[in-house]
Formats: sequence, C-alpha cells, structure tokens
Amino acid sequence: MSDMTQTAPLRPESAVAESFMMLWRDKFAFVSALFLLLVTAAALFGPALLPDGAMTMNLRGRNAPPFEWERGWVYLLGADNLGRAVLARLVIASRYTLMIAVSAVLISLVAGTVLGLLAGYCRGRVETVIVRGADILMSFPSLLLALIVLFVLSPSVSNVVIVLAISRLAVYLRTCRAEVMEIRERQFVTAARALGASHARMIFIHILPNVIPTLMTLATLEFSAVMLSESSLSFLGLGVQAPAVTWGLMVAEGRGYLASAWWLSFWPGVAISLTAISANLLANWVRTATDPAQRWRLEWRAK
Amino acid sequence: MSSHLLEVRDLGVRFHTRAGVVDAVQNVSWHLDRGETLAILGESGSGKSVSASAIMGLIDMPPGEIHSGSITFDGRDMLNLTLAERRQVNGKRIAMIFQDPLAALNPVYSVGSQITESMIVHGVPPTEARKRAVALLDRVAIPEPERRFHEYPHQFSGGQRQRVMLAAAIAMQPDVLIADEPTSALDVTVQAEILKLLKTLQAETGMGILMITHDLGVVTEVADRVIVMRRGEVVEQGALSRVLTAPERPYTRQLLDAVPGRHGFAAREDRAKTETLLEVKNLSKFYGVTSGIMHTLTGREIRALNDVSLTLTKGEVLGIVGESGSGKSTLVNTLLGLTTPSQGEVLYRGQTMLSGDNRAMSKIRRNIQVVFQDPTASLNPRMSVRRIIAEPWAVHKGVLPRAQWRGRVAELLEQVGLSPDHADRYPHQFSGGQRQRIAIARALALQPEIIICDEAVSALDVSVQAQVIQLLKRLRQDHGLSYLFVAHDLPVVQDFADRVAVMQGGRIVETGRTEDIFERPEHPYTQKLLDSRPAEERERSRRKEIPA
Amino acid sequence: MGFYLRQRTIQSAISLLGLIVLVFFLARLTGNPADLFLPADTPQAIRDEYAARHGFDQPVIVQFGAYLMDLLRLDFGESLRDGTPALDYVLAAFPTTLLLSFWAMTISLTIAIVTGSVAAWHPGGVFDRIASLISLTGASIPNFWIAIVGVLVFSVWMRVLPTSGTGTPWHWILPVAVLFIRPCGVLVQVVRSSMLAAFASPYVKTARARGVRERAVIFVHALRNAMLPIITVAGDQAAGMINGAVIAETIFGFPGIGKLLIDAIMFRDFAVIQAAVMITAIAIFILNIGIDLLYSMLDPRVRHG
Repeated sequence: MSDMTQTAPLRPESAVAESFMMLWRDKFAFVSALFLLLVTAAALFGPALLPDGAMTMNLRGRNAPPFEWERGWVYLLGADNLGRAVLARLVIASRYTLMIAVSAVLISLVAGTVLGLLAGYCRGRVETVIVRGADILMSFPSLLLALIVLFVLSPSVSNVVIVLAISRLAVYLRTCRAEVMEIRERQFVTAARALGASHARMIFIHILPNVIPTLMTLATLEFSAVMLSESSLSFLGLGVQAPAVTWGLMVAEGRGYLASAWWLSFWPGVAISLTAISANLLANWVRTATDPAQRWRLEWRAK
Repeated sequence: MSSHLLEVRDLGVRFHTRAGVVDAVQNVSWHLDRGETLAILGESGSGKSVSASAIMGLIDMPPGEIHSGSITFDGRDMLNLTLAERRQVNGKRIAMIFQDPLAALNPVYSVGSQITESMIVHGVPPTEARKRAVALLDRVAIPEPERRFHEYPHQFSGGQRQRVMLAAAIAMQPDVLIADEPTSALDVTVQAEILKLLKTLQAETGMGILMITHDLGVVTEVADRVIVMRRGEVVEQGALSRVLTAPERPYTRQLLDAVPGRHGFAAREDRAKTETLLEVKNLSKFYGVTSGIMHTLTGREIRALNDVSLTLTKGEVLGIVGESGSGKSTLVNTLLGLTTPSQGEVLYRGQTMLSGDNRAMSKIRRNIQVVFQDPTASLNPRMSVRRIIAEPWAVHKGVLPRAQWRGRVAELLEQVGLSPDHADRYPHQFSGGQRQRIAIARALALQPEIIICDEAVSALDVSVQAQVIQLLKRLRQDHGLSYLFVAHDLPVVQDFADRVAVMQGGRIVETGRTEDIFERPEHPYTQKLLDSRPAEERERSRRKEIPA
Repeated sequence: MGFYLRQRTIQSAISLLGLIVLVFFLARLTGNPADLFLPADTPQAIRDEYAARHGFDQPVIVQFGAYLMDLLRLDFGESLRDGTPALDYVLAAFPTTLLLSFWAMTISLTIAIVTGSVAAWHPGGVFDRIASLISLTGASIPNFWIAIVGVLVFSVWMRVLPTSGTGTPWHWILPVAVLFIRPCGVLVQVVRSSMLAAFASPYVKTARARGVRERAVIFVHALRNAMLPIITVAGDQAAGMINGAVIAETIFGFPGIGKLLIDAIMFRDFAVIQAAVMITAIAIFILNIGIDLLYSMLDPRVRHG
C-alpha cells in the first residue's frame, strides 16, 4: 500500500492535450462538441459568408422543396413562401437562439453561484431568505412564470433573457448551496480554518474550485433546457418578435404551411433538437471528466 | 471427496476492468468445520473477502471471473449451483453478516420484517416466523423485542443493528456463519459485546464461523485458526496460538509487530522539570437543543464538554481516549479555535487562547497544528502537494518569504519520508499513508510546538499505522514536539503516550501515566475499555512479560 | 408522521404565498393595473372609473388586502370577453388538462420504471446504451416540434389521426404522446441511476445472501428504495406538465388550462390569466403535499425524523 498508485504529474500544457484525448475517447461527446462548435461558428461568422440574395425575397425560389441541388447549397434545405432559403435563415436565427441561451445561462450561473455561495457559506438568516426565494421560484413551472411575466412586461430580447435567467437561477443556487454545504464540512476546509485562513481564501481557494466542475456540468445541461424554453416561448409568440428570428419562431412561422411546405417547421426543429442533444451528451462527458472517481473511464479506454 | 464441511481449494478470482485484468485472489485454499472459527486476516486490498463472496455467489460476473479452483460445501460443488439450489444454501445453511449494519439493513422495512424474511424465503410459515423473530431479537439481547420488532433500522444504535443482523443470520440455524468485518464500524466496548455474543451463539448452535477482518485484536479474541492474506494470496495459515507466537513468514511477523500495544510502554523521561505548554482549565461546551422551523430553543442542553481540565508539557505525548460521543472532537475543535467554549480557559504558555483579538490569536495558534483522521479528506483534491504544504505560509504572511517556499517544501517532504519530486503531484496520486505524511508536512510548516493528532492513524492499515507513528516519534525527537494524540481505542496510545486521559460523556473520567492507566485503572469505564481489548493483550499486560 | 409533513406543508404554503405576492406586484409593475384588465383601446375615462371601482387608486397595502380577500373568495374578476367570472372558465378547462396530464404521467412512469430498471440491470450493456441515448434524445427534443412532426406524419400524410378536438380516444393520442415524451426521457435517466445505486447497495447483497429470490430482490428491496428519488422527480415532472400542456393544447385545440391561458394572453384577458395561474398554483400546492405524504409513507426515516 505504500507505493505510488498511478500516473506521472500533469503539466499545464499537457492538460489541454489530455482533455482532448479524453474527449476523443468518448465518440458521442466528441461528435457533440464538433457539432456545437459548428453551430457556434455558424452563428459568429455564418451571416457574413452567406451568398448575396439568400435572405432577400426571391419569387422564383418560392416554397422550393429541400434537396434540389441545382439551386445552390443555400437552398439545400428548401425555401419559404417568400423564396428565402431555409438554411440561410437557420444561420441567421442561430445568432439570436444561441445568444439568448448563452446570456441567460451566464446570468443565472453567475447570480445563482453568488447567492448559493452566500447561502451555503453564511448560514443563518441570509440562508433562510435566499433559500425561501429559490423555493418560490422552483415550486411553479418555469414556462408559466415566464408567460405571465412576459405578458406584463412585453416580450423583447432582453426581457426574454432576464425572464429565462431568473426562472433557472434557482437551479444553480440550490446545487451550489448543497455543494458548498457538503464541501465546507470536509476536513480540508476544517484544516484551512484551523490554520486561520481568511473567508476569501476559504471560498476562493478551497470551496469554489471544488464546486465549479459541478456548476459547469449543470450549465451545459441548462444550456439545452434554456434553449428549449426560449423556443417554446417564441413558438407561443411570447418570446422574440419578428423581424428578429430564432429557431423556435421559425417552427411557429412554418406551422401554417405544414401541408404545403413541411420543411419550414421541420429543419429549425432538427436544429434545436441536435443542439440540445449535443449539449446533453457533452454535459455527461464533462461530468465524467471532472469527477476524479469516474475519470479513469475516459483515461484508459484506449487499451 | 472432501471431509470438511466447507472447503475452498486453489480459488482464483479475477476482475476484467477497463484498466485490464486484475487478479483479486490466487491459489486460495482453506477449510472450515462445524464448531470452529476460522479468521481471514488481511489489510485493505488483500482480497480477504473475495472467497466469502465466491461462496455466497455475490461476485458480479462479469466483470468478475472465477478462473480456477473449487468450493465444496457439505459435499456439494458451490461454484456450479443453479439459482434455485443457491437459494437453498444462502441464508439457510450459510448465513452472512456485513461490516456496516446500517447500510446492510434495508432502510424502508422494519427490522422484524427483515428477520422474518430470512425465514419465510426458506419456507417457514409467516406466523411461525414472526414468533421466532421476536424470540431471536430477545436472544440477541434487544430489549422489548415485541415493540422493537416493528421499528426501523435507523431507530437502533450501531451495536443493536449488528445484533439484528445476527438475529436474521442465525434464524435458520445455519451450519456456517460468515462475518465480514462485523465490528469495524463499532465502538470498542460495543465490539467486545458483539464478539462475545457471537461466541455464545456459536457454543449454542455449533455453527462454524468464518471471520473476515483487518483487526488482529478480533482474530485473537475469536479465532481457532487464522489465515493471513496479502495481495490476493495466502501468506500463512495455522492454529492461532502458533501463528501468534511463531509466525513463519516475514509479513506475518511485520504485521504482528505493527499492531499497537504489543511493545509495552513508551520509554519515559522525567518531565517534571520541563515547562508547561498548554493548560486547559474547566472547559465546558453546551449546546441548546432546538426544534421546529424557527429553531427555537427547547431549554434542553447537550453537554458536549463538561468541566475538562488538562495540561501538556514540552516534549510530552498526551493520549486522549474516548469512544464516539465522548467529547474528544469538541475538545479538539476548541483547541483549534473552531468552536467557542461556553465556559473555561485555554492557556498557551500562560497566555489565553480564547480572546477575540484575531491577530494575537493567529500568532499563538501558529504554535498548535493539527493532523486529521482521514488523509483523503483533509487534503484539498484540487491543490498540488506544493500548494498544500505552502498554504500555512500563504495564510500566515511574513513567516517565510515566498522565494524560500520551494526549498522549504522540499525539506519538509524529505523530513516526512517523501521525495521532493512529489511536490507537483496531486493528493489522489498517493496512498493513504503517504497522504498522511503530506498532512504531517503541512502541520510542520509553521514549526509548531504542539501537534494535535485527531485520530491521525485510525483510518490507516496497521502496518502503515506503525510507520506513521514511527515518523511521529522521530519528529518529536528532532523538533522537540509535543503531541495531543486523540484516539478511540487504548492500544494505539499504549506505546506512544506518556500520559493518558480517558474521556466519556464530555468528561475526563481518569488521567494518569500510561502504565498506571493500563495496569491500575481506577474508573470503571477505563476498566471496561481495557477489558474490551483482545484477550491476548489483556493477558500480556497482566503478566507484564514484554520488555519495555 | 407529523413533523416532516407539517414542515413541508408550511414550506409549500410559503411558496404559494410568494407566488400570490409576485403576481400582485407584477400586475402593479406596469403602473395602472386597470390597463391589464381592460382592452387596449379603452377610453381614459372608463379606465379611471374602472380603477376607482376596483380600488386601484387606493394605497398599495389596501389594494393588497382587497386582492387577498378576493383570492380567499376565489374571486378573480370577470373575463373581458363576455363578463363571466374568470374562475368559471378555469374550472371548465381544468378537468381536461388534469386528465391529459394523468395519462401522460401514467404512461411516462410505467415506461420509465420498466426501461430504467432493465437498463440498470446490465449497466453498459446494449439495452442500457440504447435506452440512455433514446431517453436523452427524448428529453432534448422540443415538444412543439414533436407535435408538429406528429401532425405532419399522422394527420397530413397518413391521415389516421385527427388534428384537433377531444371527441374520440383518437383525439387524445397525439396530445398525450407530445406530453409524455420529455418527462419520460428525464424519468428513465432517474430510474436508471437510482436503481443502479440500489443494486449496488449492501442491503441488496444482504438479501441475496439470505437466499431471497432475484425477483423479490429487485421489486421488494431495490425498487422500493429507488422509488424515493423517483417520486421526487416525478412530482416535479407532474407539476411541469402544465408547461407541456400549454404547447400541446394550443397545437391540438384542446380545451384545457393551457389553451385557455394562451387564448387569454392573445385577448389580453388578465382576469382569466390570473385565475388560471392561481388555480394551477393551488393544484401544484396540493400535488406537492400529496408527494410529501407519499414520501413519508415510503420512507420511515423521514416519518420519524
């Protein structure tokens, strides 16, 4: 029992390579990561790369069905009743879709983590107030809350982001608090306390680094949940309003043409589904990769 | 044809993991007859429980694979039973109890129903089973068996739960009882009671007992024969007295040597003239009991510490011994400044340690460092060894300039017997004993005068335990350290402590020189603790045959 | 039994109260609540008159008192459309949603418990991998899209299922399908992981060592313990049914709470919105107490805690 158990020390530059190898070993996660990268690239650079005219009305391309190669690659997924290419619109819509989901996730991640740290670390009255607030947010369906808030406040991109962020905030808060409460009872935190470490040191050196992996996993999962909520809101007409466009809104717009042009609703739904599935698969991988007890599954699979 | 009741021959079990094939046990052979007790002794990773799991068909296959050997029970081949035949043996002819009775009992069913289940599955009619279950609870000395029949596992104490497990195990009067670390999770006095009960039941029913344990004390208490295992192989086997007195293999000898309390008492120096470092005066800690959502005080109080006084002089080792709930952890927490006492005073070299002045306190506290029980939990898994050991300097700024940290960490690692190259590794890359060495290096970083060892060796295998105590002894000589050595068991402190304080229910019931405590205990609780030690050690200390 | 349930009930009640306060302040956030209750083109004079009649010109605390009293009497105001009490609309729509959710939940739980248990039986096996991938996909696909593809395939192309209404059992198939897929995907994953934990537990080992039949080991020992986390998540999913119901009922023209809510939003009929939200909140409150009751019946540790 007295010999070294395993592996050589990790140097920082090899840590990146290591993560990549671990990702490569989980093929599902690898493909998911690639897909998410592609979607992100499309959102960032796609609109600039679209050929001229793809977004303007084009009467000759009206209701063009998918997979007709002769029209050019932008028309691969068909076109709508105004002749706008579905693929081009998907690329444009990915901007708002991703932007809303990412900013809502970031806002609720940061706010939820701060509140969760406060509640878990300070205890007492602060904790009671924060936890009760989270209970209220959690005990009613998020869509219901979002509907009524957006009805009162009028839907706009920023309101949608805020509503989504607030409705998912409690998830981070609860997870973070539970983790903090568990970690602050661990002996290494007690050891730091016995050493006379400051609160800042306890939180930022000892507690937070041990909470972050869990929060990262959660944020990846939440990304897909938030994207689905935003799509639902947009689909119901309470989310983003035209001329801005998201995938959810595209599904709603195509609904009226189901019998004549099914592809209008179909492709944006595929985009939402694939992105959400990828995020979920990636979250599973993050969970395994950041758990020292599970990590071996990815490290040794190559043999 | 085997003439023994239960016989394992050349058993080999391996597991197919993603990391490759791992041999759990190889060439394991032993036998057991009615009325006798065979103990399998081994440290963690020795494969001591594997043959028992193979007998009971509890090895998951895959990933497990029994690739060689045979197991015969009462003339039957146990490795080729159908599920139905297996059920006729399990619980009826061979029963098993496990280490952690709280986990081994199903939390959502009453203990009564779990005892009756073990009979009903073997064809006893329910009403009859119920009657017998109450009698069995009575037999294993659970008070008010009729009422407690309906209660759930969480409503019982640790010792009682193991009694319940025993009641269920002996319900069908099995020929063999397998006990897998049955007392490791229990307090020493409770452990002694359970072992006694086991022996009585064996005398009554004549069953054979297979005792699997890491604890030589348990072996000496109950076994007739013993098998010593290491890394999946049998090192040595034979009659208990033979193995204890004339071990044939170096590993057995090493294991026996490592067991605490077998080497008499610590060499004593006269400390009357040395200075007093730490003085604890009439320390008490009360907790109010709260209830309801508003956490209102009920007026009831729990006295975690009750009028505790002690002193520690320079270079001294004071052992503090108490079972769970004795208040020893509250005492440690108070000394570390983690808990504020309700009453009393703690003085370090005559200065109070309880004032509100944080800066002054931090200066004083520097001189008292701690090593905790679980080396896995006490090191931050996301910090390198270098950062862990250097943390005291990061907290107490000005003690050591940053430029010297690297060199000093290397020195400290060498002092605790690790290589300076280990500084960039992370805790999970070390074994338990090595992690405890890292924790000790961290404790040494501020050059303290006192180190509090809070059950610092209890989580380690005995051979590792001995090495760590050896290290502590050496450091004490090199640095003139004093130790407050907290333990739940007496033998560990016997050859290390100069003086011992015995705690029970928040009080110190007895303090004295180690020899006096062991040889002339005055308080009945101390006597009970000493009586809970294995027979062989009681015998030794009575005859005083060991040279000090 | 008392303590845990009392504690949980008080917590749920605090949440319900929190929502009531939230809705009140939301309604006041826009300035004059009369704007919410009246059509957008109402003349200012009528607005003022309406505000005075409903006490919207009084101090906030008085308004809050009146609001609470109205709630206690289950008086949510009248619908803009025809002046009938908003509560009547909600109560008429409620049973449909309840029935829809009941079927969706029953199917979800049944499929999830069977699939999750079988998957946990051989973790890493072929069935487990397929089940995990399908459940993850089910939990990730937007339900409105499932509804649309369902309509496309079964109504537009195959012409076997109707697209709207509640007349025959055939009308229920698509809405229930849309509603059950996502909770089912989530539940399969929960059942799988809690069954895995239960299978690995020492009490299952004990039961096997006692000679208990494998079927009893699974159903008597493992499943009973695994049910504890499962019912907690199932409770959350049941409460979340309203999310899916809004979508499914809107798409399939199903006269339930969800459709009522969306229609009311389109009409800017605030009285009905408020009534629908409150009644849903009360239903969820009752559901939560039911879950807690079930939990304390299943777990003696909670009962005596």
